[in-house]
Amino acid sequence: MSDIKLNIRNMNFFYGNLQALLNINMNILKNHVTSLIGPSGCGKSTFLRSLNRMNDIIIGTRVEGKILLDGEDIYDRNIDVVDLRRKVGMVFQKSNPFPKSIFENVAYGLRINGERRINKISQRVEQSLKNAALWDEVKDRLNDSAMDLSGGQQQRLCIARALAVQPEVILMDEPASALDPLATQKIEELIFKLREHYTIVIVTHNMQQAARISDYTAFFYLGELIEFGETDQIFTRPKLKKTEDYITGRFG
Amino acid sequence: MKELKIKKTSINGQSFKPPNGLELPISHRGKQIAKSMLWRRIREKSISAFFLTNGLIAIVILLGIFSLLFIEAFPAIRKIGLMAFISKSNWNPTSFVKESYGILSMVVSTLMVTFGALLISVPVGIGCAAYLADVASPRVREVAKPIVEILAGIPSVVIGFLGIVLVGPLLGKLFGISNGLNAVNGSVLLSVMSLPTIISISEDAIVSVPQEFKNASLALGANKWQTLIRVTLPSALSGIIAAIMLGMGRAIGETMTVLMACGNAPAMPHSFLDSVRTMTATIAIELGETVQGDIHYRSLFVIGFILFLMTFLVNLISDMVLQRFQKRGL
Amino acid sequence: MNWRKINEKMGFMLLRLAFLVVIFILVFILYDIFSKGAGVINWEFITSKPRKGMTEGGIWPAIVGTFWVSMVTIIFAVPIGMFTAIYLNEYASQGRLIRMIRLAIRNLSGVPSIVYGLFGFALFVLMLNLRLSVISAGLTLGLLTLPWTITASEEALKTVPMSYREGALALGATKWQTIRTNVLPYAVPGMLTGTILGLARAAGETAPILFTGAAFFWPFLPKFPKVLFTQFMALPYHLFIMSTQHHEIVKVRPIAYGTALILIMLVLSMNILAIWIRYRFRKKYKRV
Repeated sequence: MSDIKLNIRNMNFFYGNLQALLNINMNILKNHVTSLIGPSGCGKSTFLRSLNRMNDIIIGTRVEGKILLDGEDIYDRNIDVVDLRRKVGMVFQKSNPFPKSIFENVAYGLRINGERRINKISQRVEQSLKNAALWDEVKDRLNDSAMDLSGGQQQRLCIARALAVQPEVILMDEPASALDPLATQKIEELIFKLREHYTIVIVTHNMQQAARISDYTAFFYLGELIEFGETDQIFTRPKLKKTEDYITGRFG
Repeated sequence: MKELKIKKTSINGQSFKPPNGLELPISHRGKQIAKSMLWRRIREKSISAFFLTNGLIAIVILLGIFSLLFIEAFPAIRKIGLMAFISKSNWNPTSFVKESYGILSMVVSTLMVTFGALLISVPVGIGCAAYLADVASPRVREVAKPIVEILAGIPSVVIGFLGIVLVGPLLGKLFGISNGLNAVNGSVLLSVMSLPTIISISEDAIVSVPQEFKNASLALGANKWQTLIRVTLPSALSGIIAAIMLGMGRAIGETMTVLMACGNAPAMPHSFLDSVRTMTATIAIELGETVQGDIHYRSLFVIGFILFLMTFLVNLISDMVLQRFQKRGL
Repeated sequence: MNWRKINEKMGFMLLRLAFLVVIFILVFILYDIFSKGAGVINWEFITSKPRKGMTEGGIWPAIVGTFWVSMVTIIFAVPIGMFTAIYLNEYASQGRLIRMIRLAIRNLSGVPSIVYGLFGFALFVLMLNLRLSVISAGLTLGLLTLPWTITASEEALKTVPMSYREGALALGATKWQTIRTNVLPYAVPGMLTGTILGLARAAGETAPILFTGAAFFWPFLPKFPKVLFTQFMALPYHLFIMSTQHHEIVKVRPIAYGTALILIMLVLSMNILAIWIRYRFRKKYKRV
């Protein structure tokens, strides 16, 4: 029986007076890929960003309920948000490398944690780039600007950057939506490999992608979690009509 | 764990190893983490308190100026009476016979040169702004922006100097008077000083008018000029008004230019060709002649306080106008 | 509809005319000052002191005085401006406090320069007993320049994309770490531009220094730090005196023109430098 990495209980989310998420209850299993699907604006990204408290930086947001990471409520007052974000890493929809060198991008997380030993940093950078399937392409030009890379390479760089701080969970918000099919394929292969050692939650608009790479799927609609289950079951024998309608393309 | 069927199963030939041998504080528990976390929190909190203090400085300064002016001015107001200040036109604080502190003449002078300045700078400024925002090619616009900035950067004392050596004599010849240092001179020079403000803020306002409005007008068969006059400029009106108000504020508060170029006769002016002395010039001329603490000294602070209130009011109105600007979504 | 076309042509011609008037004004000013002042400028003029009741000699003390006052201004106005801008853009949340601060800044930028002079006189010269000095004048000018440096710094911070901050925070950086490593380095060119422009403004102001330390004739300036506490000559003040208070106004007019030219060249070169920096760095970060 797999462990539960993230346990979400009765979670409600508000932007000021507007309720964006309604009574979400869900378990995210360790070392599996969970995908969040649903039409635009249904709260998937909001939910994802709640898992590493990135919504905190938006003014006026409020969370009710509990989100437990390994049994600890991440919204507890004693929790160090900075530490949380190291454990729960994020890759954004639009890749956002820093305007620094490739090396410095990946090393960033280490440096802000106080790591100064250059050989440790170099080792970690190399390992992360290898794990992100980018090392071969950039190993000769680590000091070049990250902005010179292609879109797909930049996204893999952002993944390497997130891996460098050794997170336990990786959140991905439509990581391949801005990429061409070939780059998308590379990202999907990467995700498939990464789940051996990381817990992955991925938001995607692309249902084929969800079907391809995830173990579990959660279907969101208008801020509610409609159905959650093993991907295979969701896509072949959905329990609720709404799920079936979305999957077969009747709306969305 | 269920086996999942996926279409692509290639692996790039690299084995996947988690990073090894590198120490970073991975464990989430332990006193060391709690201590460094506490230390980090204290540091972050004190840094943000530091920045908050800095943020408050602007308010402190504004209140400080207001209070100090008021404190210095109040004894004079109390002794002479507010009405005596603002309703009399005779300003003669050093008279042996009967001192008087009427500021009406200088207020009128200030308003005269301001109004005269706006008469010139508003049409020219808005016209120039409309040209840059709507008609000019991007290259011209690129060149024009630095030009306006450079014009804005010319020190007021240089403008005043040119008023003495160039514009004044020119006006003298034009109007057939011996001395060109008068309100007209002041108006012309102040218009040069307020032009850059009016141009840049108006230009921002005109550029922000949504393209959809212009497109709708053109699609109905109007030409570009009609669109500009009937649609674009009215839509940008709030921003333009704000620009004018700010330009006005600049003109009211200008000191050196009017000090050098207006003649500085303290009497109530009767025409634009008269020599005038504005509120700002009065302070500049007389502060050096006063004794700290006496009535004359304090009455200059009364003038300063009134100037402060005037520019505060102008700013407030322009803010309110701009707020409506944003509310309407224009 | 011929009249519509004529209307349009005339209308646009008027607008173009307005634009040309503005250009003409600037060119005219520069031409006059340059042509009548250039003849006076030579090495001696710049580097020597005034002689014979200021009817001869140079304006070196005024240049030095302007330099020192500007230094005090920058040291006061730039850091505070930067920190305030950081607070406004990075730390503050929407609400009454931030609106009040912005209102205060806008009002401060509208306060007449003579009122700053009055305030500086009462506060620095008298109350704080700093007397008529470089430091009184510099602080007064600093207050005048502050709204400017705040605004310029804030604009510089705004150009840094939000994604830099988000990316850093998501990796577990603290707020200050994010600002220090991922925001400030990219805002520096903008802040530099703002600093230089503020400096140019301060150098040209006369009213604030009229009563806080500028002197008609003060040819000897001591070294740092004594220089902070003495009166001084300054370029804009010198121009003012030469053209209005001197007992032989017509005779010294050429010197006045020379002073005006030096002042304009100073201000102009700083403006051009600032514009150039902004242009260079905008190109550098364009692909970002």
